[in-house]
Amino acid sequence: MKDFEYFSASSLQEACSLISQYKDVGKVLAGGQSLITLLRQKLISPTCLIDIKGLKELDFIEFDKKSGLRIGALTTHRAIEKSPLIQEKYNVLSEMEKSVASVQTRNWGTIGGNLCSADPIGDPAPSLIALGAKIKLVSAKGERAVALEEFFTDYFTTIIEPDEILAEIQLPPPAANTAVEYMKFATIEAGIKIVSTSVAVTVEAGSDVCKDAKIVMSAVAPIPLITKKAAEMLKGKKLTDDLIEEAAKMAASETDPTTDVHASAEYRKEIVKVLVKRAIKKAFEKAKKA
Amino acid sequence: MDSSKKTINVKVNGEPYEVSIKPKMTLLQLLRNELGLTGTKQACMDNSCGACTVIVNKMAVKACSVLAMQVNGKEVTTVEGLASKDGKLSILQEAFLEHSAFQCGFCSPGKLMSSTAMLEELENPTEEDIRRDMEGNLCRCTGYVQYLEAIKEVVRQRKEGSK
Repeated sequence: MKDFEYFSASSLQEACSLISQYKDVGKVLAGGQSLITLLRQKLISPTCLIDIKGLKELDFIEFDKKSGLRIGALTTHRAIEKSPLIQEKYNVLSEMEKSVASVQTRNWGTIGGNLCSADPIGDPAPSLIALGAKIKLVSAKGERAVALEEFFTDYFTTIIEPDEILAEIQLPPPAANTAVEYMKFATIEAGIKIVSTSVAVTVEAGSDVCKDAKIVMSAVAPIPLITKKAAEMLKGKKLTDDLIEEAAKMAASETDPTTDVHASAEYRKEIVKVLVKRAIKKAFEKAKKA
Repeated sequence: MDSSKKTINVKVNGEPYEVSIKPKMTLLQLLRNELGLTGTKQACMDNSCGACTVIVNKMAVKACSVLAMQVNGKEVTTVEGLASKDGKLSILQEAFLEHSAFQCGFCSPGKLMSSTAMLEELENPTEEDIRRDMEGNLCRCTGYVQYLEAIKEVVRQRKEGSK
């Protein structure tokens, strides 16, 4: 690992001013659960790190009936997993977090750091996108809100400006007749996911007709992939087993996976068909009761 | 560029330390190289295997992936801190011996620290809780059954103790 200068910010304001000063050579450090490995492998070598992990003002989980959920960017994975509020109102997030890396990583790693590292095998992004998440980016110049689905641009790349900090994640209140289901395929729970998917289904009240759907996947494209054509097939239709199967096939055709040590591209596409089918079915059943 | 050193204060196994370090030092390097606490093991160095697990403010973390600067002002417990001062092993350490929960022993410090944190957090963990918690620690020689049995033994002893 190369040497770097180190600053520990004592407020968000200070962090913003530091990063605007060092934006060309600096990186923001949160939990560092991805960053430290990248530094050690010399994949990146910033000359300065701005440590924001200690900022209490970005470590919170708050819910309001009208505006929904706000999660501070420095909330740890473990805090999200264990939050009774999230377990009650956004249970899919808690379930998804249970399988993010290992307990040790979840204890120190933050949700904001995870999103900013933009690893396409990450699980939080697809679930948050399926739940309709927005993120708040702040800098010394001001702030902006962006839909999370527009945040990622390529492998490990986002639209975040070098002087911006991801401050919080916002979710709308849980919608009626809607359920979001997360499913993954991995050889061991805490291991690298071969494929995972988060599916949101909204049904017409008291019927089998799908009003809205969103299918998001990790590890099958350079970014969290929204398979729009597959979701379109479901909208306005009665969700039969045949239709769900066809939509899952469409989802597979929309993916662009790569071959790596964990699975071949061809295998990943096959898994997508099975996983998406199961996730739609489960989300559909839950949505009818929601 | 040689960055200037920074001073941090950290409590390790109850002892306060003031150390001057380069910002790039990891918690693992701090423990092993600066403080001579070599019970914590270095293995994969990419946040995978859990051999370097220690407890920071009651949470198990992988010391290879935490910067030492980030434990400034915090309390760290390593495997050296599990036994009491007079050398009496913790209940979990005794259970590890009883159940032969290791073979070569290289992953044991990490496993002990993960499970110690879990047993502090959960009064009465289920088998599923234990298995989930074990996922962060890899063993390359003997396996996990004896390890699981050792933890269950501690839970059992606790239940009997509280009767």
